[in-house]
Parts: sequence; structure tokens; C-alpha cells
Amino acid sequence: MAAESVVAAKSYTAAPRRGAVTRVLENERWFAFFLLLPTAVLLGLFMAYPFIKGVMLALSDAKVGVPGSFVGLQNFTALLNDSIFRTAVWNTIVYTAVTTVFKLALGLWLALLLNRHFRGKAVTRAFVLLPFIIPTVLSTFAWKWMFDPTFSVINWTLFHLGIIRTRINWLSDPGLALISVIIVNIWRGVPFYAISLLAGLQTVNPELAEAAAIDGARPWQRFRYITWPLLLPVTMVVVLFSVIQTFADFQLVYVLTGGGPANATQLFATYAYQIGVGTGLLGQGAAISLAMFPVLLVVVVVQLLYIRRVEIH
Amino acid sequence: MARVIIRSLNKKFDGVHAVKDVNLEIHDKEFVVLVGPSGCGKTTTLRMVAGLESITSGEILIGDRVVNELPPMDRDIAMVFQNYALYPHMSVYDNMAFGLKMRGFDRIEIANRVQVAAEILGIQEQLQRKPRQLSGGQRQRVALGRAIVRHPQVFLFDEPLSNLDAKLRIQMRVEIKKIHVRLGTTAIYVTHDQVEAMTLGDRVVVMKDGVVQQVGEPLELYNEPANRFVAGFIGSPAMNFATVEVANADGALWARHEGIRIKLPARIADRLRRYLGEKVTLGIRPEDLRVASSSDTADLSFDSVVEVIEKLGSEILLDVKVGPNTMVAAVEPTVKAKIHDRLRLALDPDRLYFFDGTSQAAI
Repeated sequence: MAAESVVAAKSYTAAPRRGAVTRVLENERWFAFFLLLPTAVLLGLFMAYPFIKGVMLALSDAKVGVPGSFVGLQNFTALLNDSIFRTAVWNTIVYTAVTTVFKLALGLWLALLLNRHFRGKAVTRAFVLLPFIIPTVLSTFAWKWMFDPTFSVINWTLFHLGIIRTRINWLSDPGLALISVIIVNIWRGVPFYAISLLAGLQTVNPELAEAAAIDGARPWQRFRYITWPLLLPVTMVVVLFSVIQTFADFQLVYVLTGGGPANATQLFATYAYQIGVGTGLLGQGAAISLAMFPVLLVVVVVQLLYIRRVEIH
Repeated sequence: MARVIIRSLNKKFDGVHAVKDVNLEIHDKEFVVLVGPSGCGKTTTLRMVAGLESITSGEILIGDRVVNELPPMDRDIAMVFQNYALYPHMSVYDNMAFGLKMRGFDRIEIANRVQVAAEILGIQEQLQRKPRQLSGGQRQRVALGRAIVRHPQVFLFDEPLSNLDAKLRIQMRVEIKKIHVRLGTTAIYVTHDQVEAMTLGDRVVVMKDGVVQQVGEPLELYNEPANRFVAGFIGSPAMNFATVEVANADGALWARHEGIRIKLPARIADRLRRYLGEKVTLGIRPEDLRVASSSDTADLSFDSVVEVIEKLGSEILLDVKVGPNTMVAAVEPTVKAKIHDRLRLALDPDRLYFFDGTSQAAI
């Protein structure tokens, strides 16, 4: 050992002189710092700065063209008395809850079907992804046509099947508008669930289902006691992503209804946009966006804790 | 407990005829091993008995019931999988209890049965653990336990020991044998390892390319192989083969080839007479070759050149060149031989095997 270290020390001193930069980089801490720097700069520029700026806006009475001054929590207290904001909160919760339940149920069903062996499996799997691949704005415009009272293919079909006698105003009826928007969100979101859950299903060893079949489990019991518990961690991650995205959904509602009629489909994001950009009340708009944050934080923390618990056991 | 009867069983997958016309009767309490190289159809046959694979044609009876259309859960069988197939999210206890719960047994009965099985297998200490906390050997015990608690009519084993290391494999082999002796449940066991087949099976079924080559007791397969494939597959090291010509000289039949000239004893000669002038395959087991002494006649021995020497302790394996053929001789550990030595090897005339040159069937 001693001899080795002597040799090493000699060769070290005999090494050519290095520049100041090289010497700094040989220190692991500095080296790590430099490696992390690009990421830190990007995150700071595009995540932290807008977030802090948003918080500052939310605490000011800034309008378009007016820098505004610090007003404390005034924007938030104003929201508490804003009936449209309360409607938007309620709509967002309903929108997220209903779509998540349906997307999970339909996505799981589809994933279980796609996990079977059949002819044309690969093609079918690719097709299932289509709603997810098409830009949301484009597909939503297509849906807008399908919901159009005059040109609606849905109405046409229902009419010719003899189910309805008068046109249904899908998007202009306050009661139907939220349902319509929910349907489109489900249509768009199911492929993500289906493909993610399918990937999860494929990590479940098929021998387990065979062993369970021999053990006497019926198909439903095999799903209930074997497949579902093993799929749960993946399901939780998928639901987590989906809830965050749905809660902050904007473009779908913006294109279909713009939050109307009479705020019947107003969500957090569309209302924030309407106030902040539409009306130019930047401070108010920022306050609405920021009001989503605590809700999402709770969702994320609860689910991450649950995923950890599942992984530990 | 029940017998299993397989009649004219066939399986075709997308144009591949994986199992061809298999007929087999497995008696009550019998331990039958299906053995063969990979792709021989042994696992497919087992999976058809289990109900995990549909039957293209033929009939399977468990007990006296035709089970062709019955789903696995209604066949009253238990299966041990190669990769154990333990439920990873359940404790060892729950893994073993699952089948009983699904069949609606009451809690006390389940606890009793699991306890008894855990004692037989020596896994009482592991009952509350999860499968991933267990070693390979312990996992295999749990898989066995899951089968035992059910008291099924038939045990099915799909290469259960192939994921274990050599030492553990021998240990578990003995345990499986003990369990079978103790419980007496009819068992069908699939393996590619002929040693496992010979040690475990009351009878062994050798398969190749979906066809049953021979069914028999282990020593019957070893001593009287039905064809060249069985002869080469059963026994380790494998039987030596050489193509020889049957010739008539000096009033006797001879098996001749470059480097080999063996006078056939009368008993064999009778059977080979109709092959006079034709080529047949000669088979000699390595353990039937020994170093010739001065008392051995030239008619029953031949010259060889030593190429490789493998000293196993209890015996020495000599890889030798005999004319153009390579052969293995398992000789006494006291034999002193060096590479490139010329060695005269003697054979036992009663232990020569001959196979038809084209059909490869035993003559």
C-alpha cells in the first residue's frame, strides 16, 4: 500500500501543470455545480421566474399597461366573494372527478382488451392512441362541429334513429354544455389511460393469472385479487398525471365553449384567462391561477404518499 | 387421486404441429416424467392437461371425466411453475391459502392445511414474509406448498427445478420424491434434464418433435432404448454412435468401419442378418467401454487415440478418436493415460446397440 501511494504521488507531481479552470473542475463539488448549471438556469428561467412573477402579480393590482402596486391578499379576498369564481371551482371539481372516473374505467377496460392476443393487435393499439396524438385544438374543433346544433352529426344520427324529435343544443344549453365538454375530455384522455395501463399490465407476469386460474379463481377474481393489486402503483401514477392535467385544462373548453354559456363550463384556467388576458386584470387573473396551486399540491402529496406506501408493502 | 388418460392428443399453433398424436395412460398415484429437448412438446402437453392450452384434437381424462372443455379451476389439479408464479403482493401464507379461499374453505381448515404443508416443507418461519424476501429454494417450497394444500387429484410440474443452482436442485429433487411418496398424488412432471427424469419418474416419457419416442421405467429406457434418439438422450455421458457395415466373414457377422472390427455374438447376429451388406448405427455406452487387458480378444476391442482426459474422481472420461469417429469412454479412476496415448478399448458384447440406418429404430 505504502509503495503504491508513493508511486502515485510521484506521478501526480510529475503531471503537467494544469490551468485554473481544470483545477477547479477537478473538485467534484464544482464539477457537479457546472454540470447542473444548464438545467438550473433553464428551470429557473422557465419555471421559477414565471411562478414568482405570478405570485407577485397576484399580490398586486396590475392591469394591462399598468404595472400596479402591492395590494396584499386583496385579489384573493375578492375571489371569495366572486360567484363566477365559485362556479369555476365547482365546475373544475366536477369536470376533473367525472372525467377521471370515466377515463380510468374505460381506459382500464380498453387496456385489458388490448392485452389479449388477437389478430391485428399492433394496428389496433396504434389506432387507440389517435385521439391522444391529434393536437387537441384540431380534434376539439371537429367535436365542435359534431355538437353544432344545425350540422351536428350526433343530432342527425339520434334523429334518424328516432330517438329525438328536436335539435339538441349541446353547447348552448347550460345543462348539456358541461356534459359535452366532459365527453370530449374523456374521449381525448382514454388513450393515455389505456396505453399506460396496458404498459402496466404487460409487466404483470401472465403465469400469475394461470396460477390463479388453476387455484380456482374465476376471471373476475383473477382481476380483483391478482391483476388489480399489481397494477395499482401504475394506476396511481397515471391518475396523478391525469388529475393535474385535467384540473388545469384550458384549450378544450376554450375552443368548445369559451367557458359559456353563462359560465356553465367555466374552469379555473379559462376563468383566469378571461380575467387576466381578456379583461386585462393581470393581478386578478394571476390570483385565480394561483388558487389552483394548493388544491393540486394536496392531490400530489396525497397520491405520492399513497404510491410510496404501495411500493413499500 | 386419479389416473390421467391422454388419447390421440394433438396441438397445432399457427401451422406448427407441436404435439402429435400423443397417447398416454398415467396410473393412479404414479409419478410420470415427460422429458425431451426444448420444443419437443412436453410443456404444451402438460399445459393441455392443466387446461391452460386448448386442445386441437384428442381427449384428456382426469379421473373418469373428459376434461377437454373444462376450465383449469374445474379440473382439480395443482401446478408448480418454472418461475414459481408466486403472487408477489401476498405473504407466503396468503399465497398458499389463495386456492383454498377461492374454493370457499373455512378459515380454520385453511389454517390447518397451510400449517401442515408448511411443516412438510420446513417453511413455518417464512409464512408472514413476501415472496421477494425469500431465496430461490424457499420460493420453490412455497410453490410446492401452494399445490400441496389443495389436495388435488393430480400434481403438474413444469420444469420446477430449472431455476435453482445445481446443489439445491438435487436437494429439492429428493424432497419432491419424498412428498410424492408421502402424499401418493398422481404427478406429471416435465423436465429437459434426463437425470431428473430418471431419478424421479416411476415411468418416463421421452418426447421429440411432438412425438412420444418411448414410454418406460427409467432402467428400461436406459437398457432397451427404442431408437437412436432415446439411446442418445438417456444416459450421461451420452451413448457413442458410429456408422458400421454389417459384413459376413469366417462364418460370423462383423460390424465394420474404419478403426472398428467387432465380431457380433450369435444373439445379436440373428437380428442383424437381414442387414448384411448394409450400413447400420452402432451404439456403445461410455460406461461399457474399458481399457483392454491381454485377455481381451481382438474381435471385441479396438484401437483409439486419447484426445482429452476428464478426471471426475469416481471415474475418468476419455475422449478418444477411433478411426474418423470420436467416442467417450468412462474408465476406472486408476487408469493412467496421457493425451495422444494409443489405447486399446474393450467392449461388452452383450451391451452393444444397433439402430436401423434409416428409421433409427432399435434392431
